[in-house]
Amino acid sequence: MMKHHLDKRFKMANREAIIGICLVLFNFIWWFTFAYGLGSKEPDQYTFILGFPAWFFYSCIVGVILMIVLVSIVVRFFFKDFSLDDKEYDQL
Amino acid sequence: MNLAATITLFGALALIFLAGLLVSRRNQSNTSFMEDYYLGGRRLGGFVLAMTMSATYGSASSFIGGPGVAYNEGLGWVLLSVIQVATGYFTLMILGKRFAITAKKYKAITMVDFLKHRYQSKWVVLLSSFSIVIFLFSTMAAQWIGAGRLIESITGLSYHSALLIFVVTVLIYVTVGGFRAVTLTDSIQGSIMVVGTIILLIAIIISGGGISAIMNDLQAENPNLITPYGADGTLSPMYVSSFWILVGVGVVALPQIVVRAMSYQNTSAFHRALIIGTIVVGVIMLNMHLIGVFARPILPDIEVADTVIPLVALEVLPGWLAGIVLAAPLAAIMSTVDSLLLLVSSTIVKDIYSNYIQPKAPVKRIRKISMTVTAVLGLIVYLIAIHPPDLIIWLNLYTIGGLEAAFIWPVVMGIYWKKGNKYGAIAAIITGMISYIAFQAFYPQPFGMHSVVSSIVLSLIAYVLATYSVKDKQTVSDSLT
Repeated sequence: MMKHHLDKRFKMANREAIIGICLVLFNFIWWFTFAYGLGSKEPDQYTFILGFPAWFFYSCIVGVILMIVLVSIVVRFFFKDFSLDDKEYDQL
Repeated sequence: MNLAATITLFGALALIFLAGLLVSRRNQSNTSFMEDYYLGGRRLGGFVLAMTMSATYGSASSFIGGPGVAYNEGLGWVLLSVIQVATGYFTLMILGKRFAITAKKYKAITMVDFLKHRYQSKWVVLLSSFSIVIFLFSTMAAQWIGAGRLIESITGLSYHSALLIFVVTVLIYVTVGGFRAVTLTDSIQGSIMVVGTIILLIAIIISGGGISAIMNDLQAENPNLITPYGADGTLSPMYVSSFWILVGVGVVALPQIVVRAMSYQNTSAFHRALIIGTIVVGVIMLNMHLIGVFARPILPDIEVADTVIPLVALEVLPGWLAGIVLAAPLAAIMSTVDSLLLLVSSTIVKDIYSNYIQPKAPVKRIRKISMTVTAVLGLIVYLIAIHPPDLIIWLNLYTIGGLEAAFIWPVVMGIYWKKGNKYGAIAAIITGMISYIAFQAFYPQPFGMHSVVSSIVLSLIAYVLATYSVKDKQTVSDSLT
Protein backbone atom coordinates (compact mmCIF):
# COMPACT_ATOMS: atom_id res chain seq x y z
CA MET A 1 0.00 0.00 0.00
CA MET A 2 2.67 2.42 1.10
CA LYS A 3 4.80 1.58 -1.88
CA HIS A 4 1.96 2.44 -4.19
CA HIS A 5 1.71 5.94 -2.72
CA LEU A 6 5.43 6.42 -2.93
CA ASP A 7 5.42 5.47 -6.58
CA LYS A 8 2.77 8.04 -7.28
CA ARG A 9 4.69 10.82 -5.55
CA PHE A 10 7.90 9.88 -7.30
CA LYS A 11 6.12 9.85 -10.64
CA MET A 12 4.95 13.42 -10.07
CA ALA A 13 8.42 14.44 -8.91
CA ASN A 14 9.99 12.88 -12.00
CA ARG A 15 7.61 14.78 -14.23
CA GLU A 16 8.55 18.03 -12.48
CA ALA A 17 12.25 17.33 -12.98
CA ILE A 18 11.63 16.77 -16.70
CA ILE A 19 9.78 20.09 -16.84
CA GLY A 20 12.89 21.66 -15.27
CA ILE A 21 15.07 20.24 -18.02
CA CYS A 22 12.68 21.48 -20.74
CA LEU A 23 12.67 24.96 -19.21
CA VAL A 24 16.44 25.17 -19.11
CA LEU A 25 16.72 23.97 -22.72
CA PHE A 26 14.20 26.57 -23.83
CA ASN A 27 16.04 29.20 -21.78
CA PHE A 28 19.33 28.29 -23.48
CA ILE A 29 17.91 28.32 -27.02
CA TRP A 30 16.19 31.68 -26.51
CA TRP A 31 19.34 33.18 -24.98
CA PHE A 32 21.68 31.81 -27.66
CA THR A 33 19.53 32.56 -30.70
CA PHE A 34 18.92 36.21 -29.89
CA ALA A 35 22.41 36.92 -28.56
CA TYR A 36 24.33 35.53 -31.51
CA GLY A 37 21.56 35.82 -34.12
CA LEU A 38 21.21 39.59 -33.71
CA GLY A 39 24.57 40.33 -32.12
CA SER A 40 26.89 39.04 -34.83
CA LYS A 41 26.48 42.13 -37.02
CA GLU A 42 28.88 45.05 -36.94
CA PRO A 43 28.01 47.26 -33.95
CA ASP A 44 27.20 50.28 -36.16
CA GLN A 45 24.40 48.26 -37.81
CA TYR A 46 22.74 47.36 -34.51
CA THR A 47 19.17 48.42 -33.87
CA PHE A 48 18.46 49.70 -30.37
CA ILE A 49 15.44 49.09 -28.14
CA LEU A 50 14.98 51.28 -25.05
CA GLY A 51 18.61 52.24 -25.45
CA PHE A 52 19.93 48.67 -25.42
CA PRO A 53 21.27 46.85 -28.50
CA ALA A 54 18.44 44.62 -29.78
CA TRP A 55 20.39 41.38 -29.18
CA PHE A 56 20.92 42.27 -25.54
CA PHE A 57 17.38 43.47 -25.03
CA TYR A 58 15.81 40.24 -26.29
CA SER A 59 18.38 37.75 -25.05
CA CYS A 60 19.04 39.12 -21.56
CA ILE A 61 16.20 41.43 -20.52
CA VAL A 62 13.21 39.80 -22.24
CA GLY A 63 14.85 36.40 -21.61
CA VAL A 64 14.93 36.89 -17.84
CA ILE A 65 11.38 38.28 -17.69
CA LEU A 66 10.11 35.46 -19.89
CA MET A 67 11.67 32.81 -17.66
CA ILE A 68 10.11 34.37 -14.57
CA VAL A 69 6.69 34.27 -16.27
CA LEU A 70 7.16 30.71 -17.55
CA VAL A 71 8.31 29.39 -14.17
CA SER A 72 5.31 31.00 -12.48
CA ILE A 73 2.88 29.47 -15.00
CA VAL A 74 4.46 26.04 -14.86
CA VAL A 75 4.55 25.94 -11.07
CA ARG A 76 0.98 27.15 -10.73
CA PHE A 77 -0.56 24.74 -13.23
CA PHE A 78 1.66 21.66 -13.36
CA PHE A 79 3.20 21.26 -9.91
CA LYS A 80 1.20 19.31 -7.35
CA ASP A 81 1.11 19.65 -3.57
CA PHE A 82 1.61 16.55 -1.41
CA SER A 83 3.13 15.63 1.92
CA LEU A 84 6.86 15.03 2.06
CA ASP A 85 6.53 12.82 5.10
CA ASP A 86 5.80 9.11 4.52
CA LYS A 87 3.60 8.56 7.57
CA GLU A 88 1.63 11.73 7.10
CA TYR A 89 1.17 10.93 3.44
CA ASP A 90 -0.18 7.46 4.15
CA GLN A 91 -2.71 8.79 6.60
CA LEU A 92 -4.24 11.11 4.05
CA MET B 1 36.69 57.95 4.40
CA ASN B 2 33.03 58.71 3.95
CA LEU B 3 31.49 59.17 7.39
CA ALA B 4 27.82 58.92 6.40
CA ALA B 5 28.46 55.78 4.34
CA THR B 6 30.40 54.19 7.18
CA ILE B 7 27.66 54.85 9.70
CA THR B 8 24.81 53.47 7.57
CA LEU B 9 26.90 50.50 6.45
CA PHE B 10 27.60 49.45 10.02
CA GLY B 11 24.03 50.27 10.99
CA ALA B 12 22.75 47.80 8.41
CA LEU B 13 25.28 45.21 9.58
CA ALA B 14 24.20 45.66 13.20
CA LEU B 15 20.55 45.23 12.28
CA ILE B 16 21.19 41.97 10.46
CA PHE B 17 23.30 40.79 13.37
CA LEU B 18 20.56 41.55 15.89
CA ALA B 19 17.96 39.70 13.87
CA GLY B 20 20.14 36.59 13.77
CA LEU B 21 20.60 36.63 17.53
CA LEU B 22 16.90 37.16 18.21
CA VAL B 23 15.97 34.14 16.12
CA SER B 24 18.56 31.93 17.71
CA ARG B 25 17.02 32.63 21.12
CA ARG B 26 13.88 30.80 20.15
CA ASN B 27 15.89 28.04 18.60
CA GLN B 28 14.64 25.35 20.97
CA SER B 29 12.26 22.87 19.44
CA ASN B 30 11.55 19.19 19.83
CA THR B 31 13.49 18.00 16.78
CA SER B 32 17.02 16.71 17.32
CA PHE B 33 19.70 19.28 18.05
CA MET B 34 21.69 18.51 14.93
CA GLU B 35 18.69 18.66 12.63
CA ASP B 36 17.85 22.01 14.18
CA TYR B 37 21.32 23.55 14.26
CA TYR B 38 22.38 22.45 10.79
CA LEU B 39 19.05 22.30 8.97
CA GLY B 40 16.66 24.60 10.80
CA GLY B 41 14.51 21.57 11.70
CA ARG B 42 13.38 21.27 8.03
CA ARG B 43 10.98 24.10 8.62
CA LEU B 44 11.88 26.68 5.98
CA GLY B 45 9.07 28.56 4.26
CA GLY B 46 9.07 29.52 0.59
CA PHE B 47 10.35 33.08 0.87
CA VAL B 48 13.16 32.15 3.25
CA LEU B 49 14.15 29.17 1.09
CA ALA B 50 14.32 31.28 -2.08
CA MET B 51 16.29 34.01 -0.35
CA THR B 52 18.77 31.71 1.32
CA MET B 53 19.37 29.90 -1.98
CA SER B 54 20.01 33.11 -3.88
CA ALA B 55 22.02 34.73 -1.11
CA THR B 56 24.23 31.70 -0.65
CA TYR B 57 24.81 31.44 -4.34
CA GLY B 58 25.37 35.14 -5.03
CA SER B 59 28.77 35.39 -3.42
CA ALA B 60 31.68 37.76 -3.54
CA SER B 61 32.30 36.73 -7.12
CA SER B 62 28.93 37.93 -8.37
CA PHE B 63 29.06 41.20 -6.43
CA ILE B 64 32.67 42.24 -6.52
CA GLY B 65 34.53 40.17 -9.11
CA GLY B 66 31.70 39.79 -11.65
CA PRO B 67 30.82 43.47 -12.09
CA GLY B 68 34.56 44.16 -12.28
CA VAL B 69 34.93 41.83 -15.25
CA ALA B 70 31.78 43.32 -16.81
CA TYR B 71 33.43 46.77 -16.48
CA ASN B 72 36.33 45.52 -18.57
CA GLU B 73 34.49 43.25 -21.03
CA GLY B 74 31.21 45.08 -21.65
CA LEU B 75 27.79 43.59 -22.42
CA GLY B 76 29.30 40.22 -23.40
CA TRP B 77 29.95 39.52 -19.74
CA VAL B 78 26.40 40.47 -18.77
CA LEU B 79 25.23 37.95 -21.37
CA LEU B 80 27.37 35.32 -19.66
CA SER B 81 26.09 36.25 -16.22
CA VAL B 82 22.34 36.15 -16.92
CA ILE B 83 22.76 32.41 -17.46
CA GLN B 84 22.52 32.23 -13.71
CA VAL B 85 18.79 32.90 -13.83
CA ALA B 86 18.60 29.15 -14.54
CA THR B 87 19.93 28.34 -11.08
CA GLY B 88 16.84 30.03 -9.64
CA TYR B 89 14.55 27.28 -10.90
CA PHE B 90 16.69 24.45 -12.26
CA THR B 91 18.50 23.35 -9.09
CA LEU B 92 15.32 23.10 -7.05
CA MET B 93 13.34 21.44 -9.83
CA ILE B 94 15.99 18.80 -10.50
CA LEU B 95 16.76 17.88 -6.92
CA GLY B 96 13.07 18.34 -6.44
CA LYS B 97 10.57 16.70 -4.19
CA ARG B 98 12.05 13.28 -4.72
CA PHE B 99 15.24 14.42 -3.03
CA ALA B 100 13.35 16.03 -0.15
CA ILE B 101 11.27 12.88 0.44
CA THR B 102 14.31 10.62 0.34
CA ALA B 103 16.45 12.90 2.52
CA LYS B 104 13.68 13.09 5.07
CA LYS B 105 13.33 9.32 5.10
CA TYR B 106 17.07 8.88 5.57
CA LYS B 107 17.00 11.61 8.23
CA ALA B 108 19.86 13.14 6.24
CA ILE B 109 21.17 16.47 7.49
CA THR B 110 24.02 17.09 5.05
CA MET B 111 24.77 16.20 1.46
CA VAL B 112 27.33 13.66 2.66
CA ASP B 113 24.66 12.18 4.91
CA PHE B 114 22.47 11.63 1.88
CA LEU B 115 25.32 10.01 -0.04
CA LYS B 116 26.13 7.81 2.96
CA HIS B 117 22.63 6.39 3.18
CA ARG B 118 22.22 6.10 -0.54
CA TYR B 119 25.48 4.32 -1.27
CA GLN B 120 26.18 2.63 2.08
CA SER B 121 29.89 3.15 1.75
CA LYS B 122 32.52 4.47 4.12
CA TRP B 123 34.71 5.50 1.21
CA VAL B 124 32.05 7.65 -0.37
CA VAL B 125 31.64 9.44 2.96
CA LEU B 126 35.34 9.97 3.60
CA LEU B 127 36.11 11.04 0.03
CA SER B 128 33.28 13.52 -0.16
CA SER B 129 33.86 14.94 3.33
CA PHE B 130 37.50 15.42 2.52
CA SER B 131 36.85 17.26 -0.75
CA ILE B 132 34.20 19.47 0.83
CA VAL B 133 36.43 20.54 3.69
CA ILE B 134 39.42 21.26 1.46
CA PHE B 135 37.57 23.13 -1.27
CA LEU B 136 35.08 25.08 0.77
CA PHE B 137 37.71 26.07 3.29
CA SER B 138 39.66 27.88 0.63
CA THR B 139 36.51 29.50 -0.80
CA MET B 140 35.69 30.79 2.63
CA ALA B 141 39.08 32.34 3.09
CA ALA B 142 38.78 34.07 -0.28
CA GLN B 143 35.37 35.48 0.67
CA TRP B 144 36.71 36.90 3.92
CA ILE B 145 39.54 38.57 2.12
CA GLY B 146 36.98 40.12 -0.26
CA ALA B 147 34.88 41.37 2.63
CA GLY B 148 37.90 42.87 4.38
CA ARG B 149 38.90 44.73 1.20
CA LEU B 150 35.35 46.00 0.68
CA ILE B 151 35.03 47.42 4.20
CA GLU B 152 38.52 48.85 3.84
CA SER B 153 37.61 50.71 0.64
CA ILE B 154 34.38 52.16 2.02
CA THR B 155 35.41 53.16 5.50
CA GLY B 156 39.12 53.80 5.20
CA LEU B 157 39.79 51.49 8.15
CA SER B 158 42.89 49.33 7.84
CA TYR B 159 42.43 45.91 6.23
CA HIS B 160 43.09 44.19 9.54
CA SER B 161 40.54 46.09 11.59
CA ALA B 162 38.01 45.78 8.76
CA LEU B 163 38.52 42.03 8.69
CA LEU B 164 38.28 41.77 12.46
CA ILE B 165 34.94 43.60 12.62
CA PHE B 166 33.55 41.37 9.90
CA VAL B 167 34.78 38.16 11.47
CA VAL B 168 33.49 38.89 14.97
CA THR B 169 30.02 39.69 13.63
CA VAL B 170 29.76 36.59 11.48
CA LEU B 171 31.20 34.25 14.08
CA ILE B 172 28.92 35.24 16.91
CA TYR B 173 25.72 34.72 15.05
CA VAL B 174 26.69 31.59 13.17
CA THR B 175 28.13 29.89 16.23
CA VAL B 176 25.21 30.66 18.45
CA GLY B 177 22.37 30.69 15.96
CA GLY B 178 23.05 27.85 13.55
CA PHE B 179 21.16 27.30 10.31
CA ARG B 180 17.96 29.07 11.27
CA ALA B 181 19.75 32.26 12.21
CA VAL B 182 21.71 32.01 8.99
CA THR B 183 18.66 31.55 6.78
CA LEU B 184 16.86 34.45 8.43
CA THR B 185 19.79 36.80 7.99
CA ASP B 186 20.00 35.49 4.42
CA SER B 187 16.44 36.66 3.82
CA ILE B 188 17.21 40.15 5.07
CA GLN B 189 20.43 40.23 3.08
CA GLY B 190 18.70 38.92 -0.04
CA SER B 191 16.13 41.69 0.22
CA ILE B 192 18.86 44.31 0.65
CA MET B 193 20.57 42.91 -2.41
CA VAL B 194 17.49 43.14 -4.62
CA VAL B 195 16.51 46.65 -3.55
CA GLY B 196 20.13 47.83 -3.39
CA THR B 197 21.00 46.76 -6.92
CA ILE B 198 17.84 48.40 -8.30
CA ILE B 199 18.58 51.71 -6.57
CA LEU B 200 22.19 51.67 -7.71
CA LEU B 201 21.30 50.81 -11.31
CA ILE B 202 18.76 53.65 -11.54
CA ALA B 203 21.19 56.13 -10.00
CA ILE B 204 23.87 55.13 -12.48
CA ILE B 205 21.56 55.42 -15.49
CA ILE B 206 20.55 58.92 -14.36
CA SER B 207 24.10 60.02 -13.72
CA GLY B 208 25.23 58.60 -17.09
CA GLY B 209 22.55 60.63 -18.92
CA GLY B 210 20.23 57.73 -19.84
CA ILE B 211 20.79 54.30 -21.37
CA SER B 212 21.16 55.55 -24.96
CA ALA B 213 23.83 58.04 -23.95
CA ILE B 214 25.72 55.38 -22.01
CA MET B 215 25.57 53.00 -24.99
CA ASN B 216 26.87 55.75 -27.29
CA ASP B 217 29.76 56.44 -24.94
CA LEU B 218 30.62 52.76 -24.79
CA GLN B 219 30.42 52.36 -28.55
CA ALA B 220 32.58 55.44 -29.07
CA GLU B 221 35.22 54.09 -26.71
CA ASN B 222 35.30 50.54 -28.10
CA PRO B 223 32.48 49.14 -30.29
CA ASN B 224 33.21 45.64 -28.98
CA LEU B 225 31.88 46.66 -25.56
CA ILE B 226 28.32 46.47 -26.86
CA THR B 227 28.75 43.17 -28.75
CA PRO B 228 28.38 39.69 -27.22
CA TYR B 229 32.07 39.02 -27.88
CA GLY B 230 33.88 40.92 -25.13
CA ALA B 231 36.20 43.94 -25.25
CA ASP B 232 38.80 42.36 -27.52
CA GLY B 233 36.41 40.00 -29.29
CA THR B 234 37.71 36.85 -27.58
CA LEU B 235 34.54 35.58 -25.88
CA SER B 236 33.48 32.87 -28.33
CA PRO B 237 29.87 31.58 -28.39
CA MET B 238 31.17 28.12 -27.51
CA TYR B 239 33.11 29.35 -24.47
CA VAL B 240 30.31 31.57 -23.17
CA SER B 241 27.76 28.79 -23.71
CA SER B 242 29.84 26.36 -21.67
CA PHE B 243 29.20 28.58 -18.64
CA TRP B 244 25.68 27.17 -18.71
CA ILE B 245 27.28 24.15 -17.11
CA LEU B 246 29.54 25.98 -14.65
CA VAL B 247 27.22 28.66 -13.28
CA GLY B 248 23.83 27.36 -14.42
CA VAL B 249 23.09 23.65 -14.48
CA GLY B 250 26.09 22.39 -12.49
CA VAL B 251 25.18 24.39 -9.39
CA VAL B 252 22.78 21.54 -8.64
CA ALA B 253 25.77 19.67 -7.13
CA LEU B 254 27.17 22.34 -4.79
CA PRO B 255 26.87 21.05 -1.21
CA GLN B 256 25.70 24.42 0.16
CA ILE B 257 22.84 24.42 -2.37
CA VAL B 258 21.98 20.74 -1.95
CA VAL B 259 21.59 21.10 1.82
CA ARG B 260 19.03 23.85 1.29
CA ALA B 261 17.03 21.64 -1.05
CA MET B 262 16.30 19.34 1.88
CA SER B 263 15.36 21.98 4.40
CA TYR B 264 11.94 23.19 3.28
CA GLN B 265 8.77 22.56 5.17
CA ASN B 266 6.31 21.43 2.51
CA THR B 267 5.61 21.43 -1.19
CA SER B 268 3.88 24.78 -1.23
CA ALA B 269 7.00 26.37 0.28
CA PHE B 270 8.94 24.66 -2.50
CA HIS B 271 6.63 26.08 -5.17
CA ARG B 272 6.84 29.59 -3.81
CA ALA B 273 10.63 29.33 -3.58
CA LEU B 274 10.86 28.40 -7.27
CA ILE B 275 9.10 31.58 -8.36
CA ILE B 276 10.71 33.97 -5.87
CA GLY B 277 14.14 32.43 -6.45
CA THR B 278 13.94 32.93 -10.21
CA ILE B 279 12.91 36.56 -9.77
CA VAL B 280 15.61 37.31 -7.20
CA VAL B 281 18.50 35.63 -9.01
CA GLY B 282 17.41 37.07 -12.38
CA VAL B 283 17.10 40.63 -11.10
CA ILE B 284 20.31 40.59 -9.06
CA MET B 285 22.52 39.07 -11.76
CA LEU B 286 21.20 41.29 -14.55
CA ASN B 287 21.44 44.46 -12.43
CA MET B 288 24.82 43.90 -10.82
CA HIS B 289 26.59 43.17 -14.07
CA LEU B 290 24.85 45.98 -15.94
CA ILE B 291 26.02 48.30 -13.17
CA GLY B 292 29.57 47.14 -13.86
CA VAL B 293 29.25 48.00 -17.58
CA PHE B 294 27.41 51.31 -17.04
CA ALA B 295 30.05 52.44 -14.55
CA ARG B 296 32.58 52.62 -17.35
CA PRO B 297 31.58 55.96 -18.94
CA ILE B 298 31.08 57.49 -15.48
CA LEU B 299 34.40 56.41 -13.95
CA PRO B 300 36.61 55.51 -16.93
CA ASP B 301 39.92 55.02 -15.15
CA ILE B 302 39.38 52.36 -12.52
CA GLU B 303 42.47 50.20 -12.33
CA VAL B 304 41.51 47.55 -9.79
CA ALA B 305 38.33 46.13 -11.30
CA ASP B 306 37.20 44.72 -7.95
CA THR B 307 36.63 48.23 -6.61
CA VAL B 308 34.12 49.23 -9.34
CA ILE B 309 30.99 48.70 -7.24
CA PRO B 310 32.09 50.58 -4.09
CA LEU B 311 33.64 53.43 -6.09
CA VAL B 312 30.68 53.96 -8.38
CA ALA B 313 28.20 53.75 -5.49
CA LEU B 314 30.07 56.45 -3.58
CA GLU B 315 30.18 58.51 -6.80
CA VAL B 316 26.52 58.46 -7.84
CA LEU B 317 24.69 58.15 -4.51
CA PRO B 318 24.59 60.37 -1.43
CA GLY B 319 26.89 58.90 1.24
CA TRP B 320 24.24 57.57 3.60
CA LEU B 321 22.45 55.76 0.77
CA ALA B 322 25.70 54.38 -0.62
CA GLY B 323 26.36 52.84 2.79
CA ILE B 324 23.03 51.02 2.76
CA VAL B 325 23.38 49.90 -0.85
CA LEU B 326 26.91 48.66 -0.24
CA ALA B 327 25.58 46.58 2.59
CA ALA B 328 24.28 44.42 -0.30
CA PRO B 329 27.59 43.03 -1.53
CA LEU B 330 28.75 42.76 2.06
CA ALA B 331 25.56 40.90 2.84
CA ALA B 332 26.21 38.56 -0.08
CA ILE B 333 29.65 37.76 1.20
CA MET B 334 28.41 37.30 4.74
CA SER B 335 25.68 34.93 3.74
CA THR B 336 28.01 32.86 1.61
CA VAL B 337 30.56 32.70 4.37
CA ASP B 338 28.14 31.82 7.12
CA SER B 339 26.54 28.99 5.19
CA LEU B 340 29.91 27.60 4.17
CA LEU B 341 31.11 27.78 7.74
CA LEU B 342 28.11 25.82 8.89
CA LEU B 343 28.52 23.32 6.09
CA VAL B 344 32.16 22.60 6.84
CA SER B 345 31.32 22.36 10.53
CA SER B 346 28.49 19.92 9.84
CA THR B 347 30.79 17.85 7.64
CA ILE B 348 33.25 17.51 10.48
CA VAL B 349 30.76 16.97 13.30
CA LYS B 350 28.03 14.97 11.59
CA ASP B 351 29.79 13.18 8.77
CA ILE B 352 33.08 12.37 10.45
CA TYR B 353 32.82 12.69 14.23
CA SER B 354 29.42 11.13 14.82
CA ASN B 355 29.81 8.55 12.04
CA TYR B 356 33.24 7.20 12.84
CA ILE B 357 34.66 8.66 16.05
CA GLN B 358 31.92 8.81 18.65
CA PRO B 359 28.57 7.54 17.30
CA LYS B 360 26.81 7.55 20.67
CA ALA B 361 27.74 10.98 21.96
CA PRO B 362 24.98 12.56 24.08
CA VAL B 363 23.11 15.61 22.73
CA LYS B 364 24.76 18.00 25.15
CA ARG B 365 28.16 16.90 23.98
CA ILE B 366 27.15 17.22 20.30
CA ARG B 367 25.84 20.71 20.94
CA LYS B 368 29.07 21.75 22.56
CA ILE B 369 31.18 20.18 19.84
CA SER B 370 29.09 21.67 17.01
CA MET B 371 29.46 25.18 18.38
CA THR B 372 33.12 24.76 19.21
CA VAL B 373 33.97 23.38 15.77
CA THR B 374 32.08 26.23 14.06
CA ALA B 375 33.89 28.83 16.15
CA VAL B 376 37.33 27.26 15.78
CA LEU B 377 36.89 26.93 12.01
CA GLY B 378 35.98 30.59 11.82
CA LEU B 379 39.10 31.56 13.75
CA ILE B 380 41.32 29.46 11.50
CA VAL B 381 39.84 31.09 8.40
CA TYR B 382 40.45 34.49 10.01
CA LEU B 383 44.10 33.68 10.62
CA ILE B 384 44.42 32.52 7.01
CA ALA B 385 42.72 35.68 5.72
CA ILE B 386 45.25 37.92 7.52
CA HIS B 387 48.11 36.49 5.52
CA PRO B 388 46.56 34.44 2.74
CA PRO B 389 48.93 31.67 1.56
CA ASP B 390 49.19 31.10 -2.20
CA LEU B 391 47.74 27.63 -1.87
CA ILE B 392 44.40 29.07 -0.75
CA ILE B 393 44.17 31.47 -3.66
CA TRP B 394 45.06 28.65 -6.01
CA LEU B 395 42.55 26.20 -4.58
CA ASN B 396 39.81 28.79 -4.66
CA LEU B 397 39.97 28.89 -8.46
CA TYR B 398 39.03 25.23 -8.50
CA THR B 399 36.23 25.19 -5.97
CA ILE B 400 32.99 25.50 -7.86
CA GLY B 401 33.96 23.48 -10.91
CA GLY B 402 35.75 20.88 -8.81
CA LEU B 403 32.81 20.26 -6.52
CA GLU B 404 30.42 20.17 -9.46
CA ALA B 405 32.51 17.67 -11.40
CA ALA B 406 32.85 15.48 -8.31
CA PHE B 407 29.30 15.47 -7.01
CA ILE B 408 26.85 16.09 -9.84
CA TRP B 409 26.44 12.43 -10.80
CA PRO B 410 26.60 10.86 -7.33
CA VAL B 411 23.81 13.24 -6.29
CA VAL B 412 21.62 13.32 -9.42
CA MET B 413 22.00 9.64 -10.32
CA GLY B 414 21.65 8.80 -6.64
CA ILE B 415 18.19 10.32 -6.78
CA TYR B 416 16.98 9.11 -10.16
CA TRP B 417 18.89 5.97 -11.14
CA LYS B 418 18.28 3.13 -8.77
CA LYS B 419 20.99 0.92 -10.25
CA GLY B 420 23.75 3.41 -9.51
CA ASN B 421 26.02 2.03 -6.76
CA LYS B 422 28.92 2.97 -4.53
CA TYR B 423 31.56 1.99 -7.06
CA GLY B 424 29.98 4.35 -9.54
CA ALA B 425 29.92 7.12 -6.95
CA ILE B 426 33.55 6.63 -5.89
CA ALA B 427 34.71 6.48 -9.52
CA ALA B 428 32.72 9.62 -10.39
CA ILE B 429 34.06 11.64 -7.46
CA ILE B 430 37.68 10.71 -8.12
CA THR B 431 37.46 11.10 -11.91
CA GLY B 432 35.58 14.38 -11.73
CA MET B 433 37.93 15.94 -9.21
CA ILE B 434 41.22 14.80 -10.71
CA SER B 435 40.29 15.45 -14.33
CA TYR B 436 39.06 18.94 -13.46
CA ILE B 437 42.27 19.89 -11.68
CA ALA B 438 44.35 18.37 -14.50
CA PHE B 439 42.39 20.20 -17.22
CA GLN B 440 42.61 23.50 -15.38
CA ALA B 441 46.33 23.14 -14.90
CA PHE B 442 47.38 21.81 -18.31
CA TYR B 443 44.61 22.28 -20.87
CA PRO B 444 42.15 24.91 -19.62
CA GLN B 445 39.75 25.02 -22.59
CA PRO B 446 39.24 21.60 -24.16
CA PHE B 447 37.07 21.92 -27.34
CA GLY B 448 36.93 25.68 -26.74
CA MET B 449 34.79 25.18 -23.62
CA HIS B 450 35.31 25.74 -19.91
CA SER B 451 37.01 22.60 -18.57
CA VAL B 452 34.15 21.81 -16.20
CA VAL B 453 32.18 20.48 -19.20
CA SER B 454 34.72 17.82 -20.13
CA SER B 455 35.19 16.79 -16.49
CA ILE B 456 31.46 16.35 -15.98
CA VAL B 457 31.26 14.16 -19.09
CA LEU B 458 34.22 12.04 -17.94
CA SER B 459 32.71 11.75 -14.48
CA LEU B 460 29.44 10.49 -15.99
CA ILE B 461 31.26 7.85 -18.01
CA ALA B 462 33.14 6.76 -14.89
CA TYR B 463 29.91 6.54 -12.88
CA VAL B 464 28.10 4.40 -15.43
CA LEU B 465 31.06 2.13 -16.25
CA ALA B 466 31.95 1.46 -12.61
CA THR B 467 28.31 0.83 -11.71
CA TYR B 468 27.99 -1.80 -14.44
CA SER B 469 31.38 -3.41 -14.12
CA VAL B 470 31.31 -4.07 -10.35
CA LYS B 471 28.16 -5.78 -9.15
CA ASP B 472 27.08 -4.39 -5.81
CA LYS B 473 26.02 -7.12 -3.40
CA GLN B 474 24.02 -4.76 -1.26
CA THR B 475 20.45 -4.28 -2.29
CA VAL B 476 19.63 -0.74 -3.27
CA SER B 477 17.87 1.20 -0.56
CA ASP B 478 14.14 0.49 -0.63
CA SER B 479 12.98 4.08 -0.94
CA LEU B 480 14.26 4.25 -4.46
CA THR B 481 12.60 1.17 -5.88
